[in-house]
Amino acid sequence: MDTSIAPTAARTGAPLSLAGRLFASLGKAGLIALVVILVVAFAAAAAPWIAPYDPQAIDLGNVFAAPSAQHLLGTDGLGRDLLSRLIWGSRTTFIGPLLVILMSTVVGSALGIASAWVGGVVDGAIARVLDVMFALPGIVFALVAVAVYGAGLTTAVIGLAIAYTPYVARVVRGAALRERNLPYIAACSVQGFSALRICVRHLLPNLRTLITVQAVASLGFAVVELAAISFLGLGVQPPTPDWGVSVATGLQASLQGHPAEALYAGTVIVVMVAAFNVMGDSLSARAGASRR
Amino acid sequence: MGVGAFLVRRLVGFVLTLFIASFAVFSLMYIAPGSPLSFVLGPRTTSPAQIAAVKARYHFDDPFLVRYWDWLIGVLHGDFGRSIVLNQNVADLITARITTTTLLVAYATVLFVVVGVALGISSALRPGVVDGSITVVATLAIATPAFVLGTVLITSLAVNLGWFPVFGAGTGVAGRLVHLTLPAVTLAFASAAYLARITRSAVLDELGREHVETARSRGLSEQTVFRRHVLRNALIPIVTVTGLTIGALIAGAVIVETIFALDGLGSLLVEAILKKDFPIVQGVVLILVAAFMVINLVTDVMYTLIDPRLELGADPNT
Repeated sequence: MDTSIAPTAARTGAPLSLAGRLFASLGKAGLIALVVILVVAFAAAAAPWIAPYDPQAIDLGNVFAAPSAQHLLGTDGLGRDLLSRLIWGSRTTFIGPLLVILMSTVVGSALGIASAWVGGVVDGAIARVLDVMFALPGIVFALVAVAVYGAGLTTAVIGLAIAYTPYVARVVRGAALRERNLPYIAACSVQGFSALRICVRHLLPNLRTLITVQAVASLGFAVVELAAISFLGLGVQPPTPDWGVSVATGLQASLQGHPAEALYAGTVIVVMVAAFNVMGDSLSARAGASRR
Repeated sequence: MGVGAFLVRRLVGFVLTLFIASFAVFSLMYIAPGSPLSFVLGPRTTSPAQIAAVKARYHFDDPFLVRYWDWLIGVLHGDFGRSIVLNQNVADLITARITTTTLLVAYATVLFVVVGVALGISSALRPGVVDGSITVVATLAIATPAFVLGTVLITSLAVNLGWFPVFGAGTGVAGRLVHLTLPAVTLAFASAAYLARITRSAVLDELGREHVETARSRGLSEQTVFRRHVLRNALIPIVTVTGLTIGALIAGAVIVETIFALDGLGSLLVEAILKKDFPIVQGVVLILVAAFMVINLVTDVMYTLIDPRLELGADPNT
């Protein structure tokens, strides 16, 4: 096991910066994953400046063009620049899952901690509601949300976020229950701190690692499921560029003998999901090692 | 807690959860923006007489809870109501399509269990190149969404090489199996990789234990040690993950059926969502929920029974 973090911290005599700790904890595979994620994040943030063309600019005189100096990855069936569509598509494909994880993590953590702290009837009621939600696979939950509120990225994101919440809540509740019986919580209570203050200022920071690992590990799933919903035509709506939508339109083009779009979009999805998964693995390996 | 009491408690919880889920599923049509009446009538222009007829047929004038109760009694008798768009009995539609989904999930289950366990064991027993390459391939395979793999397979194997039929479910037993091969591979792919990882770490865990060392020192053959002392213990996580993964395959089938234009429950659900055909959505979701819950229940009971060390009904996470 990689223990390089301990001597470094001891030498400098001060805790490493967040960035320093991140680099020391991730290992080689994790670092590559981090670079991939940063590249996608950069593409999403800087899309208007780095994309060579307007992703929705149609050029019917130049459909299914092969890669060239003008169009580095060629064009699609409407003559739109594939590279520009990939760069712009990183926005929905990247930010959607981030929102899913952010919302489910915040609500799930709050539910989990409240459940563990209050206990009794509240704990039982929350557990029952979560049980029912566990009875529905995440993507089916999001599809149901779409059935009720109509197709669109917002509906799909909120639907998935609700579907992911019970998983976060269950993990956080278990950890919070263990943490609750530790002496420092009793010490806080003795000092007369309010329950809210103890939970937010003392309990939550100690669950931070667990919550982060859980969130990062779920990101890959969120990317896959959200892109799948868009692929089905129920999430991001054309002509907005999105990688899931691109695979769907690319499949139609493939059947006519033009597999480029599906190939590019499929590849970037796989690379990004692999990056999130590797990142989650190295973070959880690190967290597991430090707990032992 | 005895086995009987444990099973009864699990069953009661199961029925209760299913009951609540059915209420949630029924409420769908009523929490959607717009009145249920407008979903049934659609964009057609209607006379007051027609509206009254529809109201009477769907009992829209009854109180909500009465309608739920009538619906639930109907469902328990196998009557899921009538489709709004197709004007057929939802139960008939579901019956016609459930075979394809069941076959698809069963086929994919066989594939992912056989391939996943085999790869996982090879990976654990042959460190170095074999283990390394399986790990890299598995990492990429887990990250490959079904809709991406399905697109690649359709394009390469079905369209370009013509080895497999592109779309449809086929007829007859052999025809169905051939037609279901690409969809089943698509559905099983990421799960096989995931199970390979679980199997690998479970086998490696067991290989390092003292009881395995003891068995070796007693002069048992490597084969016997592996079969009786390593694999048997490693089975516990493998069985658990297999059960949970079958549940996930049910959700995956929704996407795979749509890509390959199979006439299963999943594609029925997607079509119904696109057309806002709520009776179908309600029926299919309820069936999926029930199937998902049955599989989780069976898994739960199985791994508790396989592992005598576990207290019945204990939370595996604590």
